[in-house]
Amino acid sequence: MDFQVVVLAGGTCKKLLPLVSKDVPKALLPVANRPVLSYVLEQLELSNLKDLIVVVEGEDAALCVGGWISNAYVDRLHVKVAVVPEDVGTAGALRAIAHHLTTSDILVVSGDLVSDIPPGALAAVHRQHDAVVTTMLCSAPVSGPTESVSSGGKDKIKKPRRYNIIGLDPTKQFLLHVATGAEVEKDIRIQKSILRAVDQMEIRADLVDAHMYAFKRSILQEVLDEKDKFRSLKEDILPYLVRSQLKSEVLLNGVPQAENGNEKVNSQNNQAAVSRILANASTPSFHDLYASSNKGSTLVRRTHKCCAYIASESKYCQRLNSIQAFSDINRDVIGDDSHLSGYSFSAHNNIIHPSAQLGSRTTVGPHCMLWEGSQMGDKCSVKRSVIGRHCRIGSSVKVVNSVIMDHVTIGDGCSIQGSVICSNAQLQERSVLKDCQVGAGFVITACSEHKGESMARK
Amino acid sequence: MDSRRAPRTVSDPKVRKVGFFTAPPDRSLPGPPDHRIFSFLTSPPPVVDNSSPSAGNSLSPVMIPPPRHSSANLSPLRRDSAEYFPPSASPTSPASFSDDVAAAAMGRGAVAASSSLPGGLGFDIAALKSAASSVPASGLTTVSVVNNFPIGISEKGGGVAVEMQNDQSTRYKSLKEKTTKAERRALQEAQRAAKAAAKAEGGTTPAAASGAAASVTMKSTKSVKPPPSLKNDSATVAASEKKGGDRPPEKDRKKEVPQPRMQYDDKSRVEKAKRRAVVKQTEARNRVELFRHLPQYERGTQLPELESKLFELDPMHPAVYKVGLQYLSGDICGGNARCIAMLQAFQEAIKDYSTPPEKTLARDLTAKIGSYVSFLIECRPLSISMGNAIRFLKNRIAKLPLSLSEMEAKTNLHSDIDRFINEKIILADKVIVKHAVTKISDGDVLLTYGSSSAVEMVLLHAHELGKQFRVVVVDSRPKLEGQLLLRRLVGKGINCTYTHINAISYIMHEVTRVFLGASSVLSNGTVYSRVGTACVAMVAHSFHVPVLVCCEAYKFHERVQLDSICSNELGDPDVISKVRGREDINFLDGSSNSAILQLLNLIYDATPSDYVSMIITDYGMVGCSTHECTCHSTRISKRTLVDIDGMQMDHQASPRFLTMLISVFWEQ
Repeated sequence: MDFQVVVLAGGTCKKLLPLVSKDVPKALLPVANRPVLSYVLEQLELSNLKDLIVVVEGEDAALCVGGWISNAYVDRLHVKVAVVPEDVGTAGALRAIAHHLTTSDILVVSGDLVSDIPPGALAAVHRQHDAVVTTMLCSAPVSGPTESVSSGGKDKIKKPRRYNIIGLDPTKQFLLHVATGAEVEKDIRIQKSILRAVDQMEIRADLVDAHMYAFKRSILQEVLDEKDKFRSLKEDILPYLVRSQLKSEVLLNGVPQAENGNEKVNSQNNQAAVSRILANASTPSFHDLYASSNKGSTLVRRTHKCCAYIASESKYCQRLNSIQAFSDINRDVIGDDSHLSGYSFSAHNNIIHPSAQLGSRTTVGPHCMLWEGSQMGDKCSVKRSVIGRHCRIGSSVKVVNSVIMDHVTIGDGCSIQGSVICSNAQLQERSVLKDCQVGAGFVITACSEHKGESMARK
Repeated sequence: MDSRRAPRTVSDPKVRKVGFFTAPPDRSLPGPPDHRIFSFLTSPPPVVDNSSPSAGNSLSPVMIPPPRHSSANLSPLRRDSAEYFPPSASPTSPASFSDDVAAAAMGRGAVAASSSLPGGLGFDIAALKSAASSVPASGLTTVSVVNNFPIGISEKGGGVAVEMQNDQSTRYKSLKEKTTKAERRALQEAQRAAKAAAKAEGGTTPAAASGAAASVTMKSTKSVKPPPSLKNDSATVAASEKKGGDRPPEKDRKKEVPQPRMQYDDKSRVEKAKRRAVVKQTEARNRVELFRHLPQYERGTQLPELESKLFELDPMHPAVYKVGLQYLSGDICGGNARCIAMLQAFQEAIKDYSTPPEKTLARDLTAKIGSYVSFLIECRPLSISMGNAIRFLKNRIAKLPLSLSEMEAKTNLHSDIDRFINEKIILADKVIVKHAVTKISDGDVLLTYGSSSAVEMVLLHAHELGKQFRVVVVDSRPKLEGQLLLRRLVGKGINCTYTHINAISYIMHEVTRVFLGASSVLSNGTVYSRVGTACVAMVAHSFHVPVLVCCEAYKFHERVQLDSICSNELGDPDVISKVRGREDINFLDGSSNSAILQLLNLIYDATPSDYVSMIITDYGMVGCSTHECTCHSTRISKRTLVDIDGMQMDHQASPRFLTMLISVFWEQ
């Protein structure tokens, strides 16, 4: 469909320490026992986009990711993995692979997106308006990070975080203002020219940029070339394009005009007539009105369109970019939005692998997942949690709202709440964890009690 | 509105006479048509007037388009057309007929082959899964493979089937062209006799010559059906051919009734069409009884559905897809613009096209274009101008010499399309402007309705020439496209008045000319245009204001239509029940789902030729003097062509004037 897809899989994200490590880059973090990247790849595959470029930061991470993809998706997807140095930012990553891009439009997807929004919708909006950039906006996580941990009392006091401030035109199709990152907390500065052209702007703080963009390739490459300071798509390039949409500096339609240069004047007149008929027939956006509004001066105002696709509320869309988001997504994927996981849940709304062994009087509640080869002792209780492969869990263990990865050993009488325990970790008897993150291979001594800590092997 | 009833009331000679005599001379058109009008006026033979109803009756079998039928009376008609196929095929070359069967079988084979492929893939993956079970997540992901692949298969199958059908339809057409008329008729007779014999034998299935033949014929009818307008075209070509000669016998004429377009009140057919459809559409529930035969869908559901499937529609070219989206969302409207957008999309598609191995360009490309067209139809029904353009393109593809290389053929087609756009639309508009400007004189007050590109050009050109005139732009809800026109006219410095159609009778007092655009002009002179046009024309007529319709010749069609019911387009009913930006007056909000409320948003209407003083085309100006209809059997017969290509051909036109004009146009 004339779209090239770039998946930005990132590397080992600092924000996700200690969950990520050299062996487990961010893209391979398990969400309901599947690497998070698989959610994106499968969504793309569903849309028949089978030719992908996956960009990974750092050699080691690239090896891991590449290895996993080639195993899991051989014969299904045509994936090229590109390695970029760490800390180049999203714009830098695109800059590095710019010479591989050939199609007229490019779809850029973040590798940590867990969503069921078809990318085709975004692409269709992009095409329909002939936009320079189209971004996907989704409503901010509904249940929100704050109340997700049911017992996190102090979090509740916090106001819900604002992610983006976004200005839209009345038809909700065009992007007029974007504030991201640190700018969100500052005063909102809106350009007068845009406001004057549109008359009415809707400022929304409840929308989040989902990190799925469609770009016009020629424009993107030009911006990447010219503005070599730009590091991030979200914080630099997108705001730049939105800001300059009414005084476009990027070349538009430069190529076709050059082709017609040596043709007769007559045919050019005809072409002008054709384009005029087409322009008159379509409903003009404010861009067109603005461009045509300055009569008298010979200078034609050049504009470009920045569109937004707002996903409907019923769709799920969240990025795995913090530890909080990690627990949220795990909870949602096995819980309310279980269709994302691709598994079929049992009548009790949980999944227990046939090879898993449960002791007597052990209960596994709804919205749980117990994966193959795991053993549980007697009188255990598991609620709203994911337990990975080959875990050994002793007797009288309570697991609530937690994620336990593979090969974890948990001693008798432990209590785990709202925590993430990475692979090969070991919990000795009667340790109590609450809102903790335990890094891979870490050993927690017996009878210790931790609250809100992040522990990893030095 | 019922256009059949209206002319009758007006066609009273007395009323007409009075009207025209009292008409101030400055309001009637200057130039030759004027004289003609008056010359006829002086001699209205009342005897002929009496004959008009009978004439109308004798015409009706041909003119009345396919009736709205229940499936019961539909079936014989279908059977007829089904049998029409084998005779035309078998006589010329029985071999080709069997070829057809073989091709169909091969097609099925291809489906089977293609479906077997994913199966193989599935095996691969299964093998892979077992091999790499130690790798995390590989075991899990296969789950989704199982989910995914059936979709792929069904799609692939569908695609093949569509192509196959299109192939067949083209073959069917070409065969039909090859056999001469006489041959065909002989065959029909033979076939009919055979059928009668079969019936006499008491077979429950009358058309069952043999199993294979029956299935093929069924297939052929099915395959011919999908693009309704095209179907009509091909059928009416034959019809117009006939018209020149003496009136054919009753049963033959029945044959030539164009294949009915899709009747959306026929459930079984709708079901079939739905299965083929690319765009999943849910039909609106409360449809107005009289318009059940027209497609109407819930607007809201189409766009997201189509959007989300963007990448899944494999065979659809992006340019075509974009145009389809724009039709669906209403970003492009207006006959010329839609036609140009479609042609340009086809140009793109042809540029990127490459013939698959073991296929010929002409046939495969026709099939491809056919699938694009049916996609566009699903987005929005084609306009007549688009149907004509598609016919032109398919004709061009069919006429490509086989000796051409693919590259040459593509550049040929590319320039053909360019030529079509330039000559039939752009140049045609220029000629129309040239003609129409002569009808504008200083001090005129011109009224226009909606936003017609041709009329706009006329007005702008007249302004450039320095003529002093005023424009009344009449507009209507819900599209309010007149505002855009108004904006552009005022921007150019033209003195304008803006009003809504409710006030038409008040504003008409001061108007001296009405300029209207048209979506199509049919061969009985009916002007098919934006809904409301008929109303404007009628009011103008009753005020004795000349009505000039600007319409490019490529929008002409041989069809005859008497009302705006049998063929029309239904728009989104929500648009008329809600007023955008006025939440306070949305009184219908809650009740729009009520079973006893039906909303009707018609897009087009038909203006009878009685109300049109003149049609300005690129071939000249056709004057329709309304009163002439009263004294002659057909309205067309009294049309006069004022000048063709500058030549003053001011003579009594031959009976089939517009039809001739159309055929002249297509022969070029």
